[in-house]
Amino acid sequence: MYDPTVARLTYRALLGRRRALILGALPLLLIVISVVVRALTGADDQTASNVLGGFALATMVPIVGVIAGTGAIGPEIDDGSVVYLLSKPLKRPTIILTKLIVAIAVTMVFSAVPTLVAGLILNGNGQQIAVAYTVAALVASIAYSALFLLLGTVSRHAVVFGLVYALVWEALFGSLVPGARTLSIQQWSLAVAHRVAEGDLVTSDVGLTTATVLLVAVTVLATWYAGQKLRSLTLAGEE
Amino acid sequence: MTTLRIDHVSRWFGNVVAVNDITMTIGPGVTGLLGPNGAGKSTLINMMGGFLAPSTGTVTLDGQPVWRNEQIYRHIGVVPEREAMYDFLTGREFVLANAELHGLGAKAAQKALATVEMEYAQDRKVATYSKGMRQRVKMASALVHDPSLLLLDEPFNGMDPRQRMQLMDLLRRMGDEGRTVLFSSHILEEVEQLARHIEVVVAGRHAASGDFRKIRRLMTDRPHRYLVRSSDDRALAAALIADPSTSGIEVDLAEGALRIQAVDFGRFTALLPRVARDHGIRLLTVSPSDESLESVFSYLVAA
Repeated sequence: MYDPTVARLTYRALLGRRRALILGALPLLLIVISVVVRALTGADDQTASNVLGGFALATMVPIVGVIAGTGAIGPEIDDGSVVYLLSKPLKRPTIILTKLIVAIAVTMVFSAVPTLVAGLILNGNGQQIAVAYTVAALVASIAYSALFLLLGTVSRHAVVFGLVYALVWEALFGSLVPGARTLSIQQWSLAVAHRVAEGDLVTSDVGLTTATVLLVAVTVLATWYAGQKLRSLTLAGEE
Repeated sequence: MTTLRIDHVSRWFGNVVAVNDITMTIGPGVTGLLGPNGAGKSTLINMMGGFLAPSTGTVTLDGQPVWRNEQIYRHIGVVPEREAMYDFLTGREFVLANAELHGLGAKAAQKALATVEMEYAQDRKVATYSKGMRQRVKMASALVHDPSLLLLDEPFNGMDPRQRMQLMDLLRRMGDEGRTVLFSSHILEEVEQLARHIEVVVAGRHAASGDFRKIRRLMTDRPHRYLVRSSDDRALAAALIADPSTSGIEVDLAEGALRIQAVDFGRFTALLPRVARDHGIRLLTVSPSDESLESVFSYLVAA
């Protein structure tokens, strides 16, 4: 179910110079913000939670997820080079699962790791806040990667749809319409983080059980469906 | 023996019919798929390669369905028309990746690179390759698992004459080895030089199939033109015009040759050498001046 060659090709495509720069920009910004905030306000749990919840988890993780998830397959489908994978005796779900693993790994490295570093800078993991948000970032990395990999498989405008979901649905509607928050990977991952953190600084609108079920369901269904879509992917000619 | 069967295949995109009820059988040797741009060649090749589902009909390789059957790629090598091919890899890395995806290793990759004579540039990034070099590396990636069916979509596009000749030699060799090689082209000379067997597609329909000279001969209502040079053009012209197989002869002074229009192909080809011998005339040149695919093609399109 995992093909090392597909993984190698995907890593090299994802971490090509330009995309690596974009992937690295937001984590760098988070670290810079954390250093500045810590210098200005000192170690404060509430501030740490605000920065990690408001910027790291709400903005950086989904954007990194969009870039890695859609980037793991979208460009190949767009430019047609996916034909070199499809013209092989490889099971299509194997291609998808391998790309998912790569996308998850890249998203985790570029979102969970900087979240932990930022948390340590902000308040030295007081009240387990750094670890809690890191766990949330890790969990969210899996679901975002699966969802955006599916988007990359079915749509040529995956990046746009991905950003609309991450920024408009989760951030905007999530803050205006309470119900929208229930259908949000961010909230589900916060439910997991809530369990890890001490105190009530990390909260979620969704219960842990519901969150876990939804996270698993989205990941599994998106991956399965992406595999099905790849089985019947049509390569249109240039005519 | 590998036989690709296309059985009553149609493909439409919305209201547009790209391929209309085509049935053909492609066997070992080199077959040219000929048609003007937009005739449906790429659509057909995509269906042959299992990258597009026919709207109706079936495509099978030795009885096995091609669509949604990834195991079929153990027998198929594909050279797509599109350029994109993991430009960040070197030629060697690209072919090796293709070998690995078939469960093969560096040895198979190296052999394929040697076959297309790309070893000299194998350590350069694909991004730096010329069109012809890309085409050859694509070819190597398609040959790496020694497939019995090779599908090439417009393989000669953008190649210079020398590269074109090299690739033609390679494809000819593949055909002679007993592989089933199918390539598409909208350029008649390419098909004429390489394939004895052609399948002509015009506006999504199967217009003709077979040896192009035979197809040409079948069109008896269209006169055949020949350019003939001899030791005595005027005497030859006088002798030929007496026979009903010849409908017109022009003495082309500028060319120093006869332009002969024959209405009965079979009879004329038997008549010409006989008449020459009987009159003691030496034939210097006999060349069909319109038996190019261009004329076959324009005739088919008009028909």
